[in-house]
Formats: sequence, C-alpha cells, structure tokens
Amino acid sequence: MHSETVAGLIAGLRARKYSATELAQGLLERIQRAQPELNAFISIEAEAALAAAAAADRALASGSAPPLTGVPIAHKDIFCATDSRTTCGSKMLANFISPYDATVVARLRAAGAVVLGKTNMDEFAMGSSNETSYFGPVRNPWDRTRVPGGSSGGSAAAVAARLVPAATATDTGGSIRQPAALCGVTGIKPTYGRVSRYGIVAFASSLDQAGIIARTAEDAAILLRSMAGFDERDSTSVDAAVPDYVAGLERPLNGLRIGLLKEFFDQGLDPAVEACLRSGLEVLRNQGATLREVSLPNLPLSVPTYYVVAPAECSSNLARFDGVRFGHRCEDPRDLKDLYERSRGEGFGAEVKRRIMTGTYVLSAGYYDAYYLKAQRVRQLIASDFARAFGEVDVLIGPTTPTTAFEIGAKMNDPVTMYLNDIYTIGANLAGLPAISIPCGFVTGLPVGLQIVGAHFAEERILNVAHRYQRETDWHERAPEAYR
Amino acid sequence: MAAAAKAESAWETVIGLEIHAQLATRSKIFSSAATAFGAPPNAQANLVDLGYPGVLPVLNGEAVRMAVIFGLAIGARIAPRSVFARKNYFYPDLPKGYQISQYELPIVAGGHIDIVLDDGSARRIAVTRAHLEEDAGKSLHEGLPGLTGIDLNRAGTPLVEIVSEPDMRSAKEAVAYMKKVHTLVRYLGICDGNMQEGSFRCDANVSVRLRGAEKFGTRAEIKNINSFRFVEKAINFEVARQVELLESGGKVVQETRLYDPDKGETRSMRSKEEANDYRYFPDPDLLPVELDEAYVRSVAAQLPELPDQKAQRFVTQYELSGYDAQVLTASAELADYYETAVRAYGGSPKLAANWVGGDLAAFLNRDGLEIAASRVSADALAGLLRRIGDNTISGKIAKDVFEAMWDSQQAADPIIEAKGLRQITDDGPIEQAIAAVMIANPAQLADYRAGKDKLFGFFVGQVMKATQGKANPKRLNDLLKQKLHG
Repeated sequence: MHSETVAGLIAGLRARKYSATELAQGLLERIQRAQPELNAFISIEAEAALAAAAAADRALASGSAPPLTGVPIAHKDIFCATDSRTTCGSKMLANFISPYDATVVARLRAAGAVVLGKTNMDEFAMGSSNETSYFGPVRNPWDRTRVPGGSSGGSAAAVAARLVPAATATDTGGSIRQPAALCGVTGIKPTYGRVSRYGIVAFASSLDQAGIIARTAEDAAILLRSMAGFDERDSTSVDAAVPDYVAGLERPLNGLRIGLLKEFFDQGLDPAVEACLRSGLEVLRNQGATLREVSLPNLPLSVPTYYVVAPAECSSNLARFDGVRFGHRCEDPRDLKDLYERSRGEGFGAEVKRRIMTGTYVLSAGYYDAYYLKAQRVRQLIASDFARAFGEVDVLIGPTTPTTAFEIGAKMNDPVTMYLNDIYTIGANLAGLPAISIPCGFVTGLPVGLQIVGAHFAEERILNVAHRYQRETDWHERAPEAYR
Repeated sequence: MAAAAKAESAWETVIGLEIHAQLATRSKIFSSAATAFGAPPNAQANLVDLGYPGVLPVLNGEAVRMAVIFGLAIGARIAPRSVFARKNYFYPDLPKGYQISQYELPIVAGGHIDIVLDDGSARRIAVTRAHLEEDAGKSLHEGLPGLTGIDLNRAGTPLVEIVSEPDMRSAKEAVAYMKKVHTLVRYLGICDGNMQEGSFRCDANVSVRLRGAEKFGTRAEIKNINSFRFVEKAINFEVARQVELLESGGKVVQETRLYDPDKGETRSMRSKEEANDYRYFPDPDLLPVELDEAYVRSVAAQLPELPDQKAQRFVTQYELSGYDAQVLTASAELADYYETAVRAYGGSPKLAANWVGGDLAAFLNRDGLEIAASRVSADALAGLLRRIGDNTISGKIAKDVFEAMWDSQQAADPIIEAKGLRQITDDGPIEQAIAAVMIANPAQLADYRAGKDKLFGFFVGQVMKATQGKANPKRLNDLLKQKLHG
C-alpha cells in the first residue's frame, strides 16, 4: 500500500481493497519507524489520523465520499491547523496551537484527506537544506548523510521514503521544487494567487505560494484540484476558475514549444546533472516537442533581488512574534524592551535573525531606494523577461538545482553558497509563475530534478508535460533502497 | 500670557493639523470584527485584529467609500490607484508589529476647507491629503498595578487621517478648521464625531516665526488632542513656550509633545533623534485600491447638501446673515430643526433664526443636550414664534414662556393662558400705568422734561414693571412719549 500513488489509493479505497484505517495504520507505523532515521515529521498525529480514517471509512461505506476520502497526507508544519501544534520549525512557535485552520488544510479536509502529521521544515521556511529547523535536520532518504533540501525538506523526504503518498508544502524561493529534486519526487509550485495563503505562517508575502509534493504529476494534479481556487480571506488569491488538472494530463506534446533557459545552463551547473537533463529533453522531443534556446538576460539577478525582497517582507511579517500574545515569551521580563529582545532573541534561530536584520536594513531610511526599490524594479525586469519568453514558447525547461543533494553541514557556515542552491528556482517566484520539478535521473545514486516553468495559470500545461514525461520514464518510480 | 501677547506682535504662529476621524463602518477596516464602542476588552478583536500567524487583511469597501465621499466633499482628487503600506514599529497595542496605512499614494489628495472666524472673516485652509489607515489598540494601566493591560477592540478600526497644509495662523483658526471638519464628517455620516470616545482627534504641528520671515520655524508636534478646547489651549501654550524660548536665545527642537489637560501644558514625549524609522513599504498582502470614474461618480451621487452649500442657501432663501447661516448649519440636525420650525411658523425666518441660534442654543448648551434631544420641539418653537409674531406676547415675555416650555414640555399657548401673559395692547391700562409712574417719580419727570433724554429708558422700565412686562412695547413707547412731553 505504501508504494501506491494517490490515484491508486483512491481506486483501492473505493474498491475496498483496504480500508482508510488500515492504510493510515500502516503508514503511521512506517512514519514511526522512519522518524529516528529521517526526522521528517515534527508532529505525528496518530489519534486524530485514525479518527479521521474511521470517519473516511464510514463515508466510503455510505457511498457519498468526497474525492480524497481516506487518502493519507501530511502538512508542512507551516500550515495552521487546529488539531496539532503549528511550529513553523521554530522554537518561537514550539507550543503554538492554532485556533483556526488554514484554507488549504480546511479544503483538503473537506475533500476527505486524512492528515497523519506535520512535516519538518527550515525555521519559518528560511533555508535550503532543512538544517535550520529547531527540531533538527531532516535526512535525505537516498543518503542519510545528506540534506533533503529545504525548506519543505520534511514533506519531500516523507514522500520519497513512502511515508505518505503526498504532502503539502510551500515555495517562496524554491522550497517545494528544490527538495523535490534532491529527494527524487515531484513538486509543484502553482502561480502566485492560485492557492490561498490564508493560514500559512507568512515568510515573504509576495512570494509565498502553497503547493504539493507527490510522487507523480498525476497525484499533484489530483491534490492541487482540491486545494486551488479563490479565497475571500486572501486578497491576493485570484478569482479564476480552477481547471480540471487531471483531465488535461494526457494531452499529446505534438507541437509543444519548449524553451531552454540559456542562463540556467551556466558554469555553476554540474555536468553530470546537465547530462541527465539533456537526456530528459530527448524524451520530450521524441513526443513531438520542439526545443529552442531562450535567453532571459535579467535572470542572473534573481538571487540578489530575492535576498532583498524576501528578507524585507520577512522582517515585517515576523514582527508579530513579540512574546506578547502567543509564541515564546522569555522568563521574567524586566520591562517591555527586555520582553521583546529576549523573547525574540531566544525564540528565533540564526538564519531567521540574519534575514530579519538584512530586511530591516534594506527598508531603513536612506537605504530603501538603493535596495528595496531597486530590487522591485529588477523584479519587474525579470517578470518582463519571462513574459517575453512566453510569447515564443509554451514552457521553459531547465535544471531545478545546480547539483545533487549535498552533505549535512557542508554549507551551513556559508550562507551565500547556500543561497545559490536556489539560483534556478527563484525566478519563478519573483515572476509569480507556476513551476514543477520532476525526477529525471541519478548521479552517483542521488536524484536529479528537471524543472518546467509555465506562463501564469498554466498549471494544467506543466502538469501535462510532466505527466507525459513520466509516462515514458520510471525515474519517479524509483524508491530509496531502505524505504521500498 | 506676556509671551502670548508679544507673539501677537512680533511673532507669527504657523499651524498644520492632522485630524484622525474614525469611520462609522460596522466592521473593521481589514477584518469582520465589529467596531462598536464600549465592549468588554478584546471582545471585538478577532484573529486578524490579534495579528495571529497566517491571517491576512481584507479591505472593507465601506471604508473606501467613506474616504472617497470625504474627498469629494472637500473638492479633492480621488486617486485612481492608492496603495496600503506597512508602518513598522514595535508596541504592545500594535499586534502585527506594523500599522497598515497609506504612505506614498493616498486615496485623497488636495482639497480645501473654508472657515469663518468669529469676526466674520473667511479663510481657506488647504488639505494636503487624506488617507485610510487602521487604528491601534489601547494599553491600559488603571487598576492594574505594575502591569499593562492590552485592549485590542479599537485595533483595526478604520481611520481617515486628514492632513492640512500649514495654513493656520492662530489657535482660533485651528479650532475653526477642526470644527468645520467635524461638522463635515458628521454631515457626510462617515464619523460619529464623538471626541470623548476618541472618534475624532488631532495632532497639531506648531511653529512660530518672525512676522515677514519666509522660512517656517522648527515645529513641535502635539499628539492626540481630543477636544476643541484643548486644541486651543495646547496651541496657545506651545506658541508661548516657543516664543519665550526663542526670545531668551534658545532654540526650538523638533520633537513630539503631549498636552496635559490637567496642567494645561505640553511636555516632550520624544525627540527627532528618538523617532522611529518606520521602514514603510507597500503591504504585499493587499492589492492597490483601484477606483474607476464610474465608481467615483456613484459616490458623488450620494453626496448630501454640504454645510457651505446649506449656509449659502439659508442666506438666499431665508435672507439670513452669513453668521446666522453658519451657526444654523453647524450640524445637519440643527439645520433641519431650523427649517422645520420656519416652515411650521410661516413667519419671519430671521425671528426663527434668532430663537434657534439664541435661546434654544443656550438651553441646549446649559443642559449639555444635542439638538435631537431638545426639550422644545421645532413645532413647539413655531407655536411660540406665532404668538410673538401676532403680538400676543412680547419678545421679553416669550423668553419666560420658552423657559416654561423647556421645563414642562408643554406648548406655548396653554402656558400663556395659564399664566395670564397675554400682552396688553389696549391703551387704557397702559395709560393708567404711565400716569401712576409719573406721579410716583416727580423728580425724574422734572429732569426728563429739563432735557435728560436718557431717563426715557427709566420710565419704560417702570411702566413695564407696573404691567408685569405685559405691555405691548411699541404701544407703550408711543403713549409714554406723548405723556412725558405732556
């Protein structure tokens, strides 16, 4: 059962091959067993999961069960949910119980999904290796000495290790796609505004977007269909109909115009990773797609632009963690200033502090124009580059990451090198575009990801390309030896 | 006061006001929580107001409409695109660690407010901008020794902040401006104007400069003044303080000051150096507010008759003086009362204006009542005016009748009848009274006849007294003149 896809589970549950309870029990056992090795979860909610599974079984028996009834999933611990704590990977929220459910949580629950637990993540989603979590690093199921990527490292590792068939995640600069690539799974970041941000602990509001990590594009399509759509509680969510992503999956690729991102095939790209990618492109070409090189001249400015905009927004978004109403509060504050300084000083980790400091600096009087305003202008240029490219091609393809998973500890003392890990993923966030990472091979036993970027609201198209690729390949079916 | 007197001569006062008017929306500007005043602490704060992790603001369209109608009423430009920004600072009653406000692109720009001073002179005060923002909560200390309580009921209440140009030159002008804005927002129905509850308050930027100087002096900002009287006192104190400082060779420092109504003084709160760097940036959780012409036109169609228009109409329609028209249009309710009374009376609008602006206003003021709670209705007042108009009673007696009406809430006629206040218009009784007074005051009579004309008033008074004030004044005058000249 644990190696079944979401599509397979939906069919199996409805055919009564197994019950939702059996499924949940089996996976909870796997989660418990894997937890000491991978640390993929922050909270395992066996009791709530089994109650939900029992309810799912009743719904299945009654014959009126919503589409995901009984399907086990996990939520990244950034989504507020009432039935467990929501820590965001931070000491600051280590004991925080949300009084409300995020829209994504509520929608997936309404669709019948059974939540087994909350997955580990970089603190406040700030990191590319899952090493900044207050709850300890997550290990890559393919090689436990290596990172799973971040910030959604727990979700990616859990899906790769067959602990859950799919998990929610968020992506601010690559936090879905980069861990999906490093763990050999499929991860989609939808268009900014496609999925409600309500109930997601905010990191950088203009970049954050919720998505799905699953093993197949088809599963991602099934889950996204239940998550996406306008939410009146999120002013930046877009009021546009959600297409049936599953229905469009089989569309043939004849005449598909693929743009190869010239700037992504640069000197930083590991040649072995590039080789995987090139052979992946052949698979698409064999199905009738055409390839051409496309240049986005401003794209190399993505990383510095991102590291102005994202910290600026985070410095403001994280101001509410002041020890006054919720979250960590220091012992015996002497006065207000002491309460603020020690609560925040103790509650936040080093990377979060670094970004708050950076963000505070770039918004300060006298620096705002030179940093924040300029970064916003560059962001516009990058978005225009993409828009121009989508006048010529249907999708853009490139690597998801420059290298495969690196060793735990290798980059922790060098933030800039760490930041460069997101060099290929940040562009889609700055431009608000949908993008998906799918497995396209292995280098010395470690997975490699291929990234497909679409035009605004072209989720259907990139899922279609990814699915057609997965029909011809089996990279996404490979499982780490210890978790088959 | 010595310095204040000097200020009149050598120094010129320069004042700009930032008025905060709470908008009378039912729910908050970015959340669905209610805005009503007086609920138990934190009973009207939901997760958005509390700044919980993951919550997002959603703009209340009614707050936008109210800001737009205000902009239209002052002849301002309505921005086709305005942007909410975050003003970042830490304070316990600011749950998110930032206030959502408008910074570079406010919803209303330009416009003006015309004021009329007591001496009848008029001035036009330019408005720089008006923008939407959310109010903060309140920190409470009373009854919490050693602790600070936080009440977030007010957090997220919509405000429109109305920023004037530094166009006012005296505390009196500042008060007249503030009163005019107060009148306007209540006419428009966008603010209840309740200053005690903090619905309408202002910050005053005050500086002085030598008369004729081009450059403005260094200003001090007096924060959070919530009464007209305090605005006047705070500004006058501050002007005197700055003049004294400058005349003794000192310098005014740019700072924020607080007015202490108990001591009647302002004191320093924080200097420019201690001021926060608010790190404004556009709020990524909110889309820009985009208003098309059709929307602005639809709001313009909702504009009621504005105070100035109403005053102008009163001048032409009722032939009132500009001053009377101003007084009677100070609130829409007062103006309605006046017009109802005039209509019911059917006689001289000027007489009605005198009564509404005079005795009625004085009684309301004495008892601290709003016009809506007047103990004499417009129709009842009209009944009294009719009796003055048809000479049943004199104006003087009418004052007594009015007081009785106020106290008993009876109509004028039964009071006049019951008290026998009907005016004496027959010559007989008046002549008798005159004769009696002349006999009783031979010395004054002799003096008057010797040319001391001033004594005429004395005889009027005596005869009035003898008739218990009921003698028709005009008849009394005529008869008295005849008799005295004998």
